[in-house]
Amino acid sequence: MPIHDQGYQRYLGSRGAIGQAWRVMTRAGVMSVVTKRVFIGMMLWAWVPFIVRAVQIYLSATFTLPAFLEPKGEMFREFLDQQGLFVFFMTIYVGAGLIANDRRANALQLYLSKPMTSAEYIAGKLAILFLFLISVTFVPAMILLLTQAVFAGNLTFIRNNLYLVPAITLYSVVLVLLASTTMLALSSMSKSSRFVAVMYAGLFFFTLALFNALRGITGSSAFAWIAPTAALQQLGDVIFRLEPRYQLSPALAVVSVVVLIAGSIVIMMRRVRGVEIVT
Amino acid sequence: MPEISQHLPVPEPPPSSERFAGPVVVADHLTVRYGTNAALKDVSAVFPSGAVGLLGPNGAGKSTLLKSLMGFLVPEKGSMKVLGLDVATSPLEIRERIGYMPESDSHIPGMNAVSFVAYCGQLSGLPPVDAMQRAHEVLYYVGLGEARYRNIETYSTGMKQRIKLAQAIVHDPDLLFLDEPTNGMDPKGRDEMLELIHDLAHRKNVNLILSSHLLPDVEFTCDHVVVMDKGTVATHGPIEALKGPHGRVYEMRIKGDQQRFIEVLKTAGYEVKDTDDDVLRVFIPGATDDSTKVLFTLAARERLQVRHLRPSIPTLEDVFAKAVGEV
Repeated sequence: MPIHDQGYQRYLGSRGAIGQAWRVMTRAGVMSVVTKRVFIGMMLWAWVPFIVRAVQIYLSATFTLPAFLEPKGEMFREFLDQQGLFVFFMTIYVGAGLIANDRRANALQLYLSKPMTSAEYIAGKLAILFLFLISVTFVPAMILLLTQAVFAGNLTFIRNNLYLVPAITLYSVVLVLLASTTMLALSSMSKSSRFVAVMYAGLFFFTLALFNALRGITGSSAFAWIAPTAALQQLGDVIFRLEPRYQLSPALAVVSVVVLIAGSIVIMMRRVRGVEIVT
Repeated sequence: MPEISQHLPVPEPPPSSERFAGPVVVADHLTVRYGTNAALKDVSAVFPSGAVGLLGPNGAGKSTLLKSLMGFLVPEKGSMKVLGLDVATSPLEIRERIGYMPESDSHIPGMNAVSFVAYCGQLSGLPPVDAMQRAHEVLYYVGLGEARYRNIETYSTGMKQRIKLAQAIVHDPDLLFLDEPTNGMDPKGRDEMLELIHDLAHRKNVNLILSSHLLPDVEFTCDHVVVMDKGTVATHGPIEALKGPHGRVYEMRIKGDQQRFIEVLKTAGYEVKDTDDDVLRVFIPGATDDSTKVLFTLAARERLQVRHLRPSIPTLEDVFAKAVGEV
């Protein structure tokens, strides 16, 4: 019997509604990453600071500790600052190839030949990175807050620092959104994930070096908007009701972050197409 | 060329699998530009249901037309309808009902064949269980059943062509766009691919548009053809009608000044094509059985020897050559 008589039949089953393809993408993307040993190691490493802070909270709830070890609102800000390192590495590990690998394998035309818009494709890819980055920022920070209540046996700390819930949420979302959109924009511009990783690290370090150079020359930190990380730090200080560390208007810090996110989305929308036009 | 008729008869498909009835594609005064270069110039064409070949040399605008129909390219002017839906307003509804096999090597990295095809099925709206089941079915259908757990990146060119076909049909589309499906395949693989395409169109009731620059591929798999050249539609219609009984083609070889004889034939009102093998293909409009006498008479008048003369069955090549002005 010829091969074609063995298989193909018309499909008479149900079909999902249009607009759900991004979920399929996200699920597949997440599953492809979580099975990798490097990722599991990275995730465990990213949760070490959480364990350290949890021990600190436990000790402060059980014993009398020096004042600087007592949990304060600032502790959560410091914790998220520390997690920035893991956000950096995880963004590179998970995000560099998300679009670049599809471009290398000419997969964009396959994706976009399905009932899916380029915005859905971007949303599906963003959601993968977003989920992983949230799991090393927002999730441990919120669990830490709950841990404090559990070890203290009361809600006094949370009640006295109620601003921490929206502050952790907002800062985590801004941090993760900035990292994800910037990385995906770079990923959409190349077919090599290694090149994208280098570009991302370059953007991170170059802008910071430029800002520090200008700060050294002028003696003012008002140029913090040049470096996304510095602008984000400034924004974080404002969100956590701390004294801003740079002489940069919070509004300008917001503009800097929003422009970078919006610019990244525009780049992605232009680069994610079913056909590459070279004129 | 593979012989389909030798295969066992296949039962009639159930009524629910009847193909879309009307024209599957209607392009109306379509112009598409890449920068200043017009890839499609005021193209108007109707693609009936069934298997339609989109034929033309490289750069004729075939792939551009397919990509425009998918909504990848926005036309400068004109409109398109696919399966009765407007491309400009309903691109997702159209993509849900079509399958696309791109010309270039394409896959989703890091997946084996069955995961890849099932994933494509899910992206097209199939539930996960159905998508996986159909992935296995279509992989067997395209001849990759034994290799379905291998990573696609280890596949040969021929296997990659088959996997592209599998992902295009996993969700059982109403219309298939096949862009140069036999590119890079060896003769055996090419024959098998053409056999699959023929089977899809003629036994599985899938409408398809086959874009190719290879005349035999289109002639074997399709019933209708749209011939494109330099961004325009040169001719279109049922292949049999285009090859039709409007005249007769003769293959002719002569001894003597061939160029002079070609001029003589053209002056006499006949169409002549000089092939690479020094064989002239002479088209005599409205020819009768004794029209060979005319050729002998003309040759004798020019003192040329006729070394070979036989009637030839008109091929799609004749239609194509005539359409693009090579005859």
